[in-house]
Amino acid sequence: MSLQKKDVEKIAHLARLAINEAEAEEYARSLSNILSLVARMGAVNTDHVQPMAHPQDMHQRLRADIVTEVDQRERFQAIAPQVEDGLYLVPKVIE
Amino acid sequence: MHNKTIAQLSKSLAAGEFSSEELTRAHLERIARFGASLNCFVTVTADAALAQARAADVLRKQGKAGPLAGVPLVHKDIFCTDGVKTSCGSKMLDNFIAPYDATVVSRLKAAGMPMLGKANMDEFAMGSSNETSYYGPVKNPWDLKAVPGGSSGGSAAAVAARLAPAATGTDTGGSIRQPAALCGITGLKPTYGRVSRYGMIAFASSLDQAGPMTRSAEDAALLLNVMAGFDERDSTCVERDVPDYAATLNASIKGLKIGLPKEYFGAGLDAGVAQVIEQAIAEYKKLGAEIVEISLPNGELAVPTYYVVAPAECSSNLSRFDGVRFGYRCADPENLEDLYKRSRAEGFGVEVKRRIMIGTYALSAGYYDAYYIKAQKLRHLISDDFKQAFERVDVIMGPTSPTVAFNIGEKADDPVTMYLSDIYTIATNLAGLPGMSIPAGFSQGKPVGLQVIGNYFDEARLLNVAHQFQLATDWHMRTPEAFA
Repeated sequence: MSLQKKDVEKIAHLARLAINEAEAEEYARSLSNILSLVARMGAVNTDHVQPMAHPQDMHQRLRADIVTEVDQRERFQAIAPQVEDGLYLVPKVIE
Repeated sequence: MHNKTIAQLSKSLAAGEFSSEELTRAHLERIARFGASLNCFVTVTADAALAQARAADVLRKQGKAGPLAGVPLVHKDIFCTDGVKTSCGSKMLDNFIAPYDATVVSRLKAAGMPMLGKANMDEFAMGSSNETSYYGPVKNPWDLKAVPGGSSGGSAAAVAARLAPAATGTDTGGSIRQPAALCGITGLKPTYGRVSRYGMIAFASSLDQAGPMTRSAEDAALLLNVMAGFDERDSTCVERDVPDYAATLNASIKGLKIGLPKEYFGAGLDAGVAQVIEQAIAEYKKLGAEIVEISLPNGELAVPTYYVVAPAECSSNLSRFDGVRFGYRCADPENLEDLYKRSRAEGFGVEVKRRIMIGTYALSAGYYDAYYIKAQKLRHLISDDFKQAFERVDVIMGPTSPTVAFNIGEKADDPVTMYLSDIYTIATNLAGLPGMSIPAGFSQGKPVGLQVIGNYFDEARLLNVAHQFQLATDWHMRTPEAFA
């Protein structure tokens, strides 16, 4: 499976990673190599096999729907890049 | 002091031979002397360590000190440590002061172990050589031109060079076992779900597991006793009693059935490493074990399967690093999209971005079934191989790594070559089984590790099997000359 530059650009957008021309070509090369490695998965037929998400076949544990956390906003926002009045600041979203 | 094991230190502290403050200071002095040459620390927490040591000494005077109280350790920089920088080896978190302790950290702190500092590691735990760290490569104490292995390279180097009696590590595809092998120390990856992942920065959530890295199996048992156990804050953590791992170290291993997968002894395995492993197996025969040849036929699929599952999960886990709430933010973002794209492109290193890209591709519309679901089905087959093997044998052994430590820069150009160094360790993570690496000898002057894989939640047996080998041999007590 060989990736083209335009495939790489699409993936980079999905992953929200900025890339330039040179990087796009380099990624096309290295990702294609990795996909060749990954293509070996096709060697075995898995039509009747169940996917395995957890080795112990566990299910998501549930808890009662009650509030257990305490307000630590000040503490967490102390390390934020930009905050004001308890809000995280980001550049304006283009309409 | 720095050549003693935790078990010995615990006795010495209890007997009053020295205080925890003296012990901690001795290690801090070694770190000041040797740390830079190995580059194994991102942060050294000297003042806090001494304060914690003094607190342990006070507890001891009050007769309240537990077996690990006052023994210092190092945490891999992937564990959140309250008020202390937690970088995960990345520029993305270079400015991140964790606002809470990981469960692993708080449990070991509660046991009274002073934290000497945070160990360098491959960026976001992605790597097998500790060369992808934002803070530069870690050196192998046995050969400063060589890699210590990864991603827990800093932890392994620190213990191997006797800068700390113990370190925590994490293992997603071999990141505790492989550096333990390359640095000549003991490392254990517990069963998936045995140790809480709360506060451990996530790489691949269905594979990650924390474990001890020490000089001996006995020491690993002491640490695992404290680290293991249910934590309601980790929804993948298993509710299951923790046995006293130290209590069964001396059980007899006569009649132990050891499985040797024929696939682990084929092409790609260095001849010198193979020879050391064969001698280690011969030692186990002398101890009364029975060797059984087994086959793990789907083993060849482990590496390709892993390089879909792990990157896919990492692409999801690393999407939280967006420059908004914490971590690196690019300068002068033009708009929100620019903020995300440049913060991430500038904050993440090359290997991390590569894996995010592969993972994003594997999970994208039209490819999810062909890649991620296919890989999860192969995981099932790989696990079934082990299940069948464990019907005939008690443990599975083989080399941890196909080679001894390679030189820094040797494999950096081709990611796939690097990925193949995990060939023996990866399947264990995919199946969620526990695995250890213990020192088994040397080849070309560099350490060789023997891997021991156990059945689910059979850590007590692994530690027992490793301990018996360590009673009969002294590979685990060897120290690199430069750090003696």
